Amino acid sequence: MTTTTAAPPDQKKTLSPAAPRRGRRAGVGRLAVFLLSPTLLALALVVGYPVLAALRLSLEVTAERINPVTGFRETSTSFGLDNYTRIFSGDTGDRFFNAFWNTTTFTVAGVAIETVLGVAMALIMHKAFRGRSLVRASILVPWAIPTAISALLWRWIFNVDGVANDILGTKVLWTTEGFQAWLAVLIADTWKTAPFIGLLVLAGLQIIPADVYEAARVDGASAWRTFWRITLPLVKPALVVAVLFRILDVLRMFDLPFVLIGVRKESVETLSMLAQYEMSNLRFGPAAAYAIVLFVYIAVVAFAFVRLLGADVVGRGMGRQR
Amino acid sequence: MRRRQGLALIAAAALAVGLSACGSDEPSGPSGPGGPGGFEGRGPITLASGKDTTGTMQAQLDRWNAEHPDEKVTLIELPESADEQRRLFIQNAQSKSEAYTVLNMDVIWTAEFAANQWIDELPADQFPLDQMIPAVVESGKYFNRLYAVPYNTNAGLLFYRKDLLDKVGAQPPKTWDEMKSICDKVKALPEAAGIGCYAGQFDKYEGLTVNFSEAVDSAGGQVVDSEGKPTVNTEEAKKGLQFLVDGFASGMIPQEAITYKEEEGRRAFQDGKLIFHRQWPYQWVLANQTDGSSKVAGKFGVAPLPGLNGPGRSTLGGANLAISKFAKNKATALDFIKWFSNPENARQNMQANSLAPVYSDLYEDSALLEKFPYLTALKESLSTARARPRVVYYGDTTAAIQENAYAAITKAKTVDQALADMQKQLEEVTSRK
Repeated sequence: MTTTTAAPPDQKKTLSPAAPRRGRRAGVGRLAVFLLSPTLLALALVVGYPVLAALRLSLEVTAERINPVTGFRETSTSFGLDNYTRIFSGDTGDRFFNAFWNTTTFTVAGVAIETVLGVAMALIMHKAFRGRSLVRASILVPWAIPTAISALLWRWIFNVDGVANDILGTKVLWTTEGFQAWLAVLIADTWKTAPFIGLLVLAGLQIIPADVYEAARVDGASAWRTFWRITLPLVKPALVVAVLFRILDVLRMFDLPFVLIGVRKESVETLSMLAQYEMSNLRFGPAAAYAIVLFVYIAVVAFAFVRLLGADVVGRGMGRQR
Repeated sequence: MRRRQGLALIAAAALAVGLSACGSDEPSGPSGPGGPGGFEGRGPITLASGKDTTGTMQAQLDRWNAEHPDEKVTLIELPESADEQRRLFIQNAQSKSEAYTVLNMDVIWTAEFAANQWIDELPADQFPLDQMIPAVVESGKYFNRLYAVPYNTNAGLLFYRKDLLDKVGAQPPKTWDEMKSICDKVKALPEAAGIGCYAGQFDKYEGLTVNFSEAVDSAGGQVVDSEGKPTVNTEEAKKGLQFLVDGFASGMIPQEAITYKEEEGRRAFQDGKLIFHRQWPYQWVLANQTDGSSKVAGKFGVAPLPGLNGPGRSTLGGANLAISKFAKNKATALDFIKWFSNPENARQNMQANSLAPVYSDLYEDSALLEKFPYLTALKESLSTARARPRVVYYGDTTAAIQENAYAAITKAKTVDQALADMQKQLEEVTSRK
């Protein structure tokens, strides 16, 4: 986005290149719209339409019965808010709030640990040492493995007779209900995604000019003060964006608890698992309702994050400090 | 520029709304069954089946393909988990896809798939149903119409360590108390230090429903009665669930058995960590392998399940073959399933992979009985086996059973509370008429 400064009126009249310059700028605007519209159309179809369709689906209340003569299932649909009221009441309400709690605790605990680990990894990767590129590549390997595969991997590790119990010398039943299942999912998730934060923070670190550190050293700052007072504030834009992305990802988490622990285990059930469960029983209205509720939750969190911490998601650059 | 942007946005929104309005509901109400329809079309077809744990299916298909070069059958292997297979079958049906022609379905899905009209009614007179075990034929019927022809059946067996039982001079137990006392004697042996007594399938999945209903049936109760009404709040059902709960509490069932599905239990049994193991017959061939994968090869036997006061009742498993409603080349498909499930193939199958055949006379054949000593125990188990509830909303039924049985076993609920909740939830599901 170019910043335009309004020239004082008399200056516009005297400067002759002003007229063609304005015309070219207007032409650039038209060209931009023309070039962007295929992308906008694709986005509308791939992102906008499913959201609108899910909203419409969540308002569909299906009544069904088994025809007593033929035995076939017959459905009739109407529109109403029943799917939403059913989410928040009764047995399904308990399950919903439990899933809400699990989702939130995974997000808070997971992202906190990932951030600390990620920043540590980035600081290590930033230092110039022998084999640095090898270390950088290998740190990214967990991120590259598809989540479902890594969940299977961790399921083997957390098997009763598996490596985790061997190393710890215990016989913890990791995949059964209880705190240990929550912990298992947390460990697997952190292992996989701390490198992502590390990578984004590394990019932020490399922008910091070296003379800032030199000045700090001349002033006699200790390593911790340098980190806390200089590195962290300067890397904050990249860090905040990375944390925002991770928060949005963990809020949607489905495949890790699904494959690692299993379905309907209340210690790890997340909101997306609820939507999937309803869908697997062909109750698409309630499934869409869960999905819309999750969508609203994520939107609220993202909005709050951008407002409160000034996450620089549109690339305003470091010039604009809020 | 603003107008262009505005127009583009309006166009996109109109497109989105228009497309969303296009999503019409399926017309409710079918046009009546009226008997099996015509099966037309010949050509290549596919067989969608769960992972072939025996490794013998492709060889059989090769035999058909050799004789029918224009009507080849391609095997599409689905994941091992039954829930995943069901999900893929449903996805195939919802998208009305031609990808799967013949479905290798678990017995519990017949009602759901028939009621949703995802599979075609089959002509019952063209299959040798009278030669099959009656309870198994029932598993392929819905509203007295045949929708899926039985391919193989399954009943639970008690695998026991014959070498250890011989050392203490015991016969395979007929009641739960006998089993416990044999375990006590065996555990006193020096070579059996630290061995587990009994295990089944207790993780929160379909196997738990099977083990729970076996416990209830073996104690003299029923999960649902003959009219389909849930009866899990009876004294007998309570004794059945109490057997499992007490087993975990007293250590008769090792704690890690709560994570066991079929394969984990088989590994534990083959490593010599269990005296008794409730398992499907397929374990026979695999546990007898002499390639080093099994430490108990030749050292075990099978017997029918024990019960509370006498022999127990197993739950009926098995697989049936159905034809997807949305497939092409149904004439080929019908001929294929007739061939695939015929007595000759059933005999060959049994010899290759120890899956239980559906034809009653195969259990009388003395040559087979000699080669496969487990057939006698299996036949006894099958003769008293009971099917799981045959309801359309099976997903919710099994979820209700699994939730409450798992909660009782892990001490999250008392046995009484678990059964009361289960009864309430099952009544809600079965009353959806």
